[in-house]
Amino acid sequence: MNHPTEQQRPSPEAMLKLAEMETQQQRRGRLTIFLGYAAGVGKTYAMLETARQLRDDGHDVVAAYVESHGRAETDALLNGLEVLPRLSCPHQGVDLEELDLDVTLARKPALALVDELAHSNAPGCRHEKRWQDIEELLATGIDVFTTVNVQHFESASDIVQQITGVPVRETVPDSLLDQAAEVMLVDIPPESLLQRLRQGKVYVPQQAALAAKQFFRPGNLIALRELSLRRTATRVDNEMRDYMASHAIAGPWPVAERLLVCASGSPYSEHLIRATKRLADELKAQWYTVYVETPRLAREQQENRQRVWRDLRLAESLGAEVATITSSSVPQAIIDYAVRHNVTRLVVGKPTKSRWQELLRPPIVDQLIRLSGAIQIQVVSFKQVTSPARGHAQLANILGRWSDYLISLALAAATTVFSFLAHTHISPINLVMVYLLAVVLAAVRFGQRPAILTALFGVLAFDFCFIPPRWSFTVADTEYLFTFLGLFTVGVVISTLVAKGKMRAEALRERELQTESLYYLSRDLAVAIDMASILAVVLKNIGEVLGAHLAVLIPDPADQQMRIAAISKGLVLDAKETAVADWAFRNRRPAGSGTETLGSAGLLYLPLATVNHALGVLGVQMSNAADYFSPHHRRLLDAFVAQVALAMERVHLADQAEQAQVLQARESLERALLNSISHDLRTPLVTIIGALSSLREESLHLPTDKQQELLRCAWDEAERLNRFVGNLLDMTRLEAGEMHINREPCDVQDLIGTALTILDRKLEGRDVSVQLAEDLPLVNMDMVLMTQVLVNLLDNGLKYAPADSPLAIAARIEGNHLLLEVLDRGPGVNEQDLQRMFEKFYRLPVPEGVSGTGLGLSICKGIVEAHCGTISAKNRSGGGLSVRCRLPLHL
Amino acid sequence: MTDLSNPGQLPRVLVVDDEPAIRRFLHTALADDQFTLVQAENGHAALAAAVTAKPDVILLDLGLPDLDGVEVINRIRQWSQVPIIVLSVRDREADKVRALDAGADDYLTKPFGVGELLARIRVMLRRTMQQVPEPVIHIDALEIDLAKRLVRLHGETVALTPTEYELLRLLATNAGKVLTHRQMLKQIWGVGYLEQPHVLRVNISNLRHKIESDASRPRYILTESGVGYRFRDM
Repeated sequence: MNHPTEQQRPSPEAMLKLAEMETQQQRRGRLTIFLGYAAGVGKTYAMLETARQLRDDGHDVVAAYVESHGRAETDALLNGLEVLPRLSCPHQGVDLEELDLDVTLARKPALALVDELAHSNAPGCRHEKRWQDIEELLATGIDVFTTVNVQHFESASDIVQQITGVPVRETVPDSLLDQAAEVMLVDIPPESLLQRLRQGKVYVPQQAALAAKQFFRPGNLIALRELSLRRTATRVDNEMRDYMASHAIAGPWPVAERLLVCASGSPYSEHLIRATKRLADELKAQWYTVYVETPRLAREQQENRQRVWRDLRLAESLGAEVATITSSSVPQAIIDYAVRHNVTRLVVGKPTKSRWQELLRPPIVDQLIRLSGAIQIQVVSFKQVTSPARGHAQLANILGRWSDYLISLALAAATTVFSFLAHTHISPINLVMVYLLAVVLAAVRFGQRPAILTALFGVLAFDFCFIPPRWSFTVADTEYLFTFLGLFTVGVVISTLVAKGKMRAEALRERELQTESLYYLSRDLAVAIDMASILAVVLKNIGEVLGAHLAVLIPDPADQQMRIAAISKGLVLDAKETAVADWAFRNRRPAGSGTETLGSAGLLYLPLATVNHALGVLGVQMSNAADYFSPHHRRLLDAFVAQVALAMERVHLADQAEQAQVLQARESLERALLNSISHDLRTPLVTIIGALSSLREESLHLPTDKQQELLRCAWDEAERLNRFVGNLLDMTRLEAGEMHINREPCDVQDLIGTALTILDRKLEGRDVSVQLAEDLPLVNMDMVLMTQVLVNLLDNGLKYAPADSPLAIAARIEGNHLLLEVLDRGPGVNEQDLQRMFEKFYRLPVPEGVSGTGLGLSICKGIVEAHCGTISAKNRSGGGLSVRCRLPLHL
Repeated sequence: MTDLSNPGQLPRVLVVDDEPAIRRFLHTALADDQFTLVQAENGHAALAAAVTAKPDVILLDLGLPDLDGVEVINRIRQWSQVPIIVLSVRDREADKVRALDAGADDYLTKPFGVGELLARIRVMLRRTMQQVPEPVIHIDALEIDLAKRLVRLHGETVALTPTEYELLRLLATNAGKVLTHRQMLKQIWGVGYLEQPHVLRVNISNLRHKIESDASRPRYILTESGVGYRFRDM
């Protein structure tokens, strides 16, 4: 028979791969963006139309959040679609309506419509931005349709501001556009849009009417339209390239470029970062953003530090790799970093300082150019942005505290007074030394600028008070001019050196503190052997270093709910906080205070995750709210978290290894069981079958005594087989918990008597002594099982001890226990075997001719333990073994 | 064995077991010139055979395919006192006790030796033949005069309490047969003492100290672990 279909069928591997791909795609939802260039182009309308078609094709579509702005056509399209309830957020007396993320997640539709991607959520919502809500929907496998205007993308927002003059407040990361499975450009000519605007068909919020007027100008609209068309074209181009690559079509590929830009917290660094992003997109290059932290940052104002922090976040959201370096020399640090990362192009801003400022302090650009070597430097220029408030702040920042200057002046004045008192004894030239002392003091105590002020004031005072003609600034002897110049120069040099030294020392101290705390943490973590000790180390070390309250949450293996595993004293987490921790754990992203996700939470939650496992969440409550934004603290925390996660994974893996070992031990036990059963069942059968077959063979004509001998062998072996099967059954019953303990008051003497009667035949000729304490009470036990224990123990004694050696049984009361002891004078047992001999299938090296099942003692152990008793063995002094059972009297 | 059997007629043994191999083995072991063997492979066949064949002894397996062995004992005991020896697998003391309490006379644990089985059958047969108990029982050095209520050991009178004497009499008159704890408690103390086994054990212990030369290795009163006691057959 011929099967033509057989050949067309794809191979199983291909099918498997296809299935895998499908499941992976299922895991993350598909994002479709309806991109427009301005309000009113009909994005929502287009989205709803597509959605309706899909619904008519039988897809599970819900409108999670659609804003119709009261437009009738849009409303009509909404009709018949399932609309989810919105979340009402009261804010400053107004009820704001937001997307209800939890309702949507619970409804779990195949496709959710969420309007306005760039929307900022009301305070108190889980995420700051709507695009974060959408990310979460996508992560749970829900497909999302959304709408956005081109100006809301981060990299375009500053161009749009340049074009329209209207600042764009709500922005979304460009990565969303790159991630989107599909981008649908919704486009109408600007004239039509303007016409629609005039007809009142475009929704414009009341308060923004003026801005809208400025915005909806033909020039603006044309520029925006071009932007949106170009963005879409770039995307299509990318798709084309991907297609060519995946189909092995050779093409002109760009040389791999790597760009580096620095964040500085200056008003321009934001523009610089966006410009670099655009450049990187054009060049299809990887790009980095670094911030070089000089010791001065520690003294800089909180505002600037936050600005730096925000720049870095922006760069990250635009797709840059972000790093913070600590160094005293900014240009050197940048170049080092660039060389390390094979950066091909450095993007820097055009210097904005005036010529004389540049003379005093050469701009970083110049230094970079000198150091750059093979790296290209691209200089980007901007329009000047004046920010009076910021300028003032910067001035204050540069100048430092005014009181420092005042005290420096006072120091100079005091020096003058001292010099005045002493000038009769000291020549004027030597008085200069006193002034120098004051300059050094000011430099050490207050830094460079106050010290220079001291030097300047000192020169003036010295001239005025001590240089003839006194009490005037005129100098009779021009030689003194050199003295002044010397005093001033030495003052400036000393103060600069001192200030630099101090800065370096501070930086060193800070770094040393970091290193030290990391060292202590990793040292303590290295010796922590279990989760509990790791948690203790975390609370102690990290808490002390950061001066923070901490909590560690770990998912319960049973229900995957986050449970508090360790918490600092005085810190209480409510259900809301736990929910934030849960989010951070599930999404493996930081959340809570100081982040963009659930920022209203009381703590910052960092996931404790390694490449392979998410193990828990570290909650941090800083004593100072500003610390949440400090790069120094975050960097330290990141390092801590990585260390802790590694330690936790180590413990986790150790546990797994242990479990594997237990499993292996069980397997080897099962193997031993099989071996034992096959051996112990077969051996007696060999003799029985052999003997019986000889007897059956009539032709052999065996004499009667031979026949008797054969029968005796068969009989003995049959008994042995019976014993073994019995033991095996007992063991099975014990293990399955089916051995029912039937407690009755028993006479210990009767018990011993019964055991001796059972072994009567074997015990013939043996000296067995019974030592019973007087007045033994009746003891509650299972007579049958305990008889078996005694029989097994006596049997062992018979087997292992020489044939003529005495056996003894002793019974007495010790405290609340009955002590039953069986003693022999055999060879005893190696110390290391004393414990193991009670294990299943453990056989001691036995003398010739002794056969055992390796089960007798483990059955004894099982029975005694079922009586809540203990069994142990020890070697007797004078040779032999003593096995003791301790049974509780009352139970 | 001549004194045991009726002249010209061999004692009839009914074997009830569902295993053909065991029936075959018993047939070989028993059916020579000593017994006439009747076989039944299930409970209902056993009940029918008990009526039609009028056996002198029944060997009954407890694990039957159609009826519970204890149920078979109950039904037979409704109209007959024929001795029943229960054959059971090892270590089901509770089943043994149930069977004995239901009216079985003895039990044998599988696997067993033919010699032991023959001895038990003989004890049963003797007990049915001997209608009037002997007034004086002699076993080794022990002498029990039932008429005079006297117990002698090596010719010397042993002082027993009334309860101890009753116990000894009960055991000795049923020599060779297993008596369960419940049976003994019921006979000596009455039904009110059924759940007080320690009374029995203390008295047995005392009795042993008085009549056994070594109470740890009793020769007269043997313990059937988990089931009851048996007086040594003479």
